[in-house]
Amino acid sequence: MRITQHPILTFERGKEVNFTFNGAPMKGYEGETIAAALHAAGVKVLGKSSELHRPRGFYCAIGNCASCQMIVDGEPNVRTCITLIKEGMKVETQEGKGVIK
Amino acid sequence: MREVELLVIGSGPAGLCAAISAATSGAKVLVLERSFKPGGQLIKQTHMFFGSESQYASHRGVDIADILLEKVDEFGDRIELMLNATAVGFYEDNVVTVLKDEKEYFKIKARSVVCATGAYEKSLAFPNNDLPGIYGAGAVQTLMNVYGVRPGNRVLMVGAGNIGVIVSYQLMQAGIEVVAVLDAAPRIGAYLVHASKLARMGVPILTSHTVKEAIGADCLEAAVVCEVDERFRPIPGTEKRYDVDVMCISVGLSPLNELLAMRGAVMKYVPQLSGSVPLRTNSLETSIPGVFVAGDASGIEEASSAMAEGYLAGLCAAASLGHVPPDLNDRKLEYMSQLDGLRSGPVGERIRAGMRNSKL
Repeated sequence: MRITQHPILTFERGKEVNFTFNGAPMKGYEGETIAAALHAAGVKVLGKSSELHRPRGFYCAIGNCASCQMIVDGEPNVRTCITLIKEGMKVETQEGKGVIK
Repeated sequence: MREVELLVIGSGPAGLCAAISAATSGAKVLVLERSFKPGGQLIKQTHMFFGSESQYASHRGVDIADILLEKVDEFGDRIELMLNATAVGFYEDNVVTVLKDEKEYFKIKARSVVCATGAYEKSLAFPNNDLPGIYGAGAVQTLMNVYGVRPGNRVLMVGAGNIGVIVSYQLMQAGIEVVAVLDAAPRIGAYLVHASKLARMGVPILTSHTVKEAIGADCLEAAVVCEVDERFRPIPGTEKRYDVDVMCISVGLSPLNELLAMRGAVMKYVPQLSGSVPLRTNSLETSIPGVFVAGDASGIEEASSAMAEGYLAGLCAAASLGHVPPDLNDRKLEYMSQLDGLRSGPVGERIRAGMRNSKL
């Protein structure tokens, strides 16, 4: 799900990084957000809503709408659309508001 | 608590120009940006800008961001750009609270502030509008133009304004099928040059159409659209189904300026500017002395006027701090006349009405 040929843009992808999504191994590139890396891997459902448990994906991709919040390295409510993916990150879907430890 | 001379909130076209302009006058500026990357929405805009030379017409947005950031670099001793830093509060004594890297929380006291916080994409009400696969058109633009990731395989674009039509074209440039562009209005809102490009590529632009519902279990699988009458009521029997995995919502933007409302600036709902905006003077000063606004936060326009407003607000904010260049009035008049130019003609009438409605 990555764009390889483009008439205007060239995409210089950074180093490959390994992370996990709900325990499953995934690959992304340095310099891209968690949401972008997941989308490239075909993951669209990032969490479930708090009341009706409906699936949630990203919406604004600029850190404004809170639709993309996930649990990252144990911390809930991380805006994955503006947080960069890092080697070894543990990314999990979030149910509702999340529990702050 | 850190004290700064001028604080600019936001590093999009308005914020960067405000910083450059104020630094040119001699002010020391701190720019806050909530993303890890400066440039605001310029960084995903691969189309060439219209307008005039002073706003980099015929350059692509992404290149304009680089030009502005180079200028910011030249003022390295006067402009500090702080990334991953979200302004979360703005208080009576001009104290701004900041959350940095999602961890550090601290206060900044500013003698003057330019609020250049931009805008956000509106949503549209229809059943299942929250399914993953339904995204803001700008969000899809970010995904494909900044990260090089395909949003999906088949896209329905909702909204035939400039953003909807430009993003549709860019989707096709990236090799993604756009099945149709629809708009509830009876006419295409985008500039004809953009809409024609799309029409030539065989994408139907359906006016007087809306989304009836989205269909899908965990993600979007299809969309049902229908015609609307002159009062935007769905016409029964006109339903059409499109099997799509992406729907882009491009039904306009709203100004993001809660910080100004929190600070106590006098706000007013101005429909021509697409939302609640701060009242301001010709120098873009809000009802709070020393607090300025620029760009989409002051009302939805486009990047060219955001840049001109940024230059004007930065100049006037610096002047309010005592950095008065000898040609202050000439420069003020120059930026104001650039804005008048951008808002001229029949297309600008709406914005001009908005300006009249938001005068302090």
